[in-house]
Amino acid sequence: MNVALAKTGTGRAVSDLFTSAEGRLPGSPAVIAVRRQAFETYERLGLPHRRLEEWKYTDLRALVGEVLPLAATPDAAALSRAAEAVKAHGFAGARKLVLVDGMFAADLSDVKALASEVSVKTLRETLEKESGDLLATASTDAMISLNAAMATDGVVVSIADGAQLSAPIQIIHIATAASASAFTRSQLRIGNGVRATIIESFVAAGAAAYQVNDAVLVTIGDNADVAHIRLMDDAPDAVNITSEIITVGANTKLNFFNMTTGGAVSRLQGFITLAGEGSELAVNGVNLLKKTEHGDSTLVVDHAVPHCTSREIFRAVIDDRAHSVFQGRIIVRPDAQKTDGKMMTRALLLSDEAEADNKPELEIFADDVSCGHGATAGALDDSLLFYLRARGLPEKDAQALLIQAFVGEAIEQIADDDLREHVIGIAERWLERRS
Amino acid sequence: MPAVQETVERVKRIDVDQYRYGFETLIDSEKAPKGLSEDIVKFISGKKNEPAWMLQWRLEAYRRWLTMTEPTWARVEYPKIDFQDIYYYAAPKPKKTVSSLDEIDPEILKTYEKLGIPLREVAMLEGVEPKPGEEDPARRKIAVDAVFDSVSVATTFKAELKKAGVIFMPISEAIREHPELVQKYLGSVVPTSDNFYATLNSAVFSDGSFVYVPPGVRCPMELSTYFRINERNTGQFERTLIIADKGSYVSYLEGCTAPQRDENQLHAAVVELVALDDAEIKYSTVQNWYPGNSEGKGGIYNFVTKRGDCRGNHSKISWTQVETGSAITWKYPSCILRGDNSSGEFYSIAISNGFQQVDSGTKMIHLGKNTSSRIISKGIAAGKSQNTYRGLVTAHRKATGARNFTACDSLLIGDKCGAHTVPYIEAKNSSATFEHEATTSKISEDVLFYCVQRGLSQEEAVGLVVNGFVKDVLQQLPMEFAVEAQKLISISLEGSVG
Repeated sequence: MNVALAKTGTGRAVSDLFTSAEGRLPGSPAVIAVRRQAFETYERLGLPHRRLEEWKYTDLRALVGEVLPLAATPDAAALSRAAEAVKAHGFAGARKLVLVDGMFAADLSDVKALASEVSVKTLRETLEKESGDLLATASTDAMISLNAAMATDGVVVSIADGAQLSAPIQIIHIATAASASAFTRSQLRIGNGVRATIIESFVAAGAAAYQVNDAVLVTIGDNADVAHIRLMDDAPDAVNITSEIITVGANTKLNFFNMTTGGAVSRLQGFITLAGEGSELAVNGVNLLKKTEHGDSTLVVDHAVPHCTSREIFRAVIDDRAHSVFQGRIIVRPDAQKTDGKMMTRALLLSDEAEADNKPELEIFADDVSCGHGATAGALDDSLLFYLRARGLPEKDAQALLIQAFVGEAIEQIADDDLREHVIGIAERWLERRS
Repeated sequence: MPAVQETVERVKRIDVDQYRYGFETLIDSEKAPKGLSEDIVKFISGKKNEPAWMLQWRLEAYRRWLTMTEPTWARVEYPKIDFQDIYYYAAPKPKKTVSSLDEIDPEILKTYEKLGIPLREVAMLEGVEPKPGEEDPARRKIAVDAVFDSVSVATTFKAELKKAGVIFMPISEAIREHPELVQKYLGSVVPTSDNFYATLNSAVFSDGSFVYVPPGVRCPMELSTYFRINERNTGQFERTLIIADKGSYVSYLEGCTAPQRDENQLHAAVVELVALDDAEIKYSTVQNWYPGNSEGKGGIYNFVTKRGDCRGNHSKISWTQVETGSAITWKYPSCILRGDNSSGEFYSIAISNGFQQVDSGTKMIHLGKNTSSRIISKGIAAGKSQNTYRGLVTAHRKATGARNFTACDSLLIGDKCGAHTVPYIEAKNSSATFEHEATTSKISEDVLFYCVQRGLSQEEAVGLVVNGFVKDVLQQLPMEFAVEAQKLISISLEGSVG
């Protein structure tokens, strides 16, 4: 390691990031010590780059260069902008938990309505009153370490055994501060037999060129039925690196979905471990990218126990000079017999300069399994376009129709009708912006 | 699934301890001192009476190698190799200058006889050519270059090939006799700085085969090289260079075996193929290096760089490999599809058993317009082995109309082994059409529909499309090789389909 690594792309010392923020980071001295250790890990690794296999296609040193300083605590003006954003991007009927520039905004959140069904705390109070346990993960990823060091707030949601939530919970991340970073870390503890829908949204309220680093730790008990929908609809020049670390119990159904429709550089890295037998996992995703956007979905599904099923459907639509990355890995541990894992990723390139990189991996250590993956990349089918145009559709409309059908295969996996329509609405707006 | 059951039975029978080629031949041999230094590089070059430019080339590679580190990205594990504990040059001690097969050490000839390698020109030389009409079709003519440890010991049918204009000789001779060709093409596909093992090879390669097929010539027979590691503690570093000039065709085969030894031996070869306009090269490998015993002791480290350059328009390079040996295999026969309308193919059957580790696959690099590539890989892992397919398919901005189809299937036998698939699919061009599948039910729906419409079942249709192609290539292996390959694998390709 050379000394130059300790500097950012613009020559700022990396350690400044932590020292200048230290006073604002919540937690007892013991928690701060944990943070400092995590930061040292990050400092040693630096921003991930293409020489690291996991980050091969998303070289943050080239794409991002440096991590921006922590965003200021939102003032009244920022909160009122955020309130507008909540109205615009909130899913009707969902109970909201709002994080503005990395700080929990109680006034914008439906804390009272939620209190009857779930327990909600903030990361800030957990770190100050309880322990720094939430900052520890088994991961050695530089961005997760950085998140542990810098996380200013987040939500800690516990759903008790047997709870049947009457409405979805929507966690909305809103950026109002330009050229600044927000670090959030949340925990979702979902008990046995729970039925719940969780939505996470990332939006901007007037902010530009901001950076988001979010980490979500999810544990789901046995016999639960959970839909987990993520919508990354950031400003066009934003950077969003999100990590989801999910552990699933036995006989549980988890339907995980992510859609990226914005952000100069975005990456969702999901690490999903099937730790209980008989569970069914669906992981679906859509990347809609244009201009010079770079969207990365890296999903690791770890079959640690036998008799689980996983299905992944991923679609990328790439226009202009955008770059879509899909890295899917299915791991089947030595004793995870009778595993059924399938993964299908397809990329649609709308422009000659678009780029799609697919890396669908299988890592299998058990023999009685049925695993497979498929990957395709190509342009819109000319004969289908011709068919539609022959019936009088303008080219753009014909394209839009085909694109909708293309991504529809992934979006259709969302079971809830209203939620699916909401997601389709976002995809349609993206298509309108395109034409 | 009876087909799978059959495959399972057959693989079980290929016990790693039953390695048939594990004998050692006791012959006098001449070795360079152990270890690697500039002096050793000079020694090897001197032994070969090489011109100054060649020595310079080697020394540059050696100096480059000193600055490099071993690659660690492959899914293989082995103790660190001590590169100073290897003999880089071992040659059967020449009794006198060898001018014909008769003068070769009979021990070596016996070795090849035991291996079943037809250095049968012996018979031809003695005038016992089969009478016309009696010719056994199974005994087709194959020109063989036999490489024993580091040195080529015999090349057969030289005269007949010469008549056709085909140059087939040890590369050490080619460096002396055809320096203009060697200088033009050596290192032009795999540069000396390519990777750690290729660079090492560039510095210390001792022999290998050289083939040049002149424009418009269809090479009259199969060319073949048989590699044998015999000496203890030696590394084998051979270098193969094949040039198919405009409109020519050549089919080349290589086979490899080694004695059973407790220590691991390093084999770091480099193969370079150059296909000019309208030329076609078929390169087939039956790799059966000693895989180590059932406890995982011994065996060959097979770290090989193979790359073909479709330099001309409408050129074609096809790799076929049957991989059953080696303790560790690390090789990715690749095609650079530089010429417009060029095509590359990779057909692979990789079987690992015992403690073998295989990390193999291919790279298809689409640079020219309307280039196409096809990858069919069948990995079978048994025992405690790890079998990884690692492949790259990439289309660059200017490679309009690039087309790739990849199918890689893995079969696991037993619960202690692992099979992994790591494909990298990079499309940088909207007119590129890439299809990748690790299941057999997903070939082009159109083709399947066509077959099914004509009365075939789904499974028959898939079998027809995928295997029809693989079989086609396997059948083009000369009989001797096909028989050997079949003995080695004893696996019907259908076993993993359906």
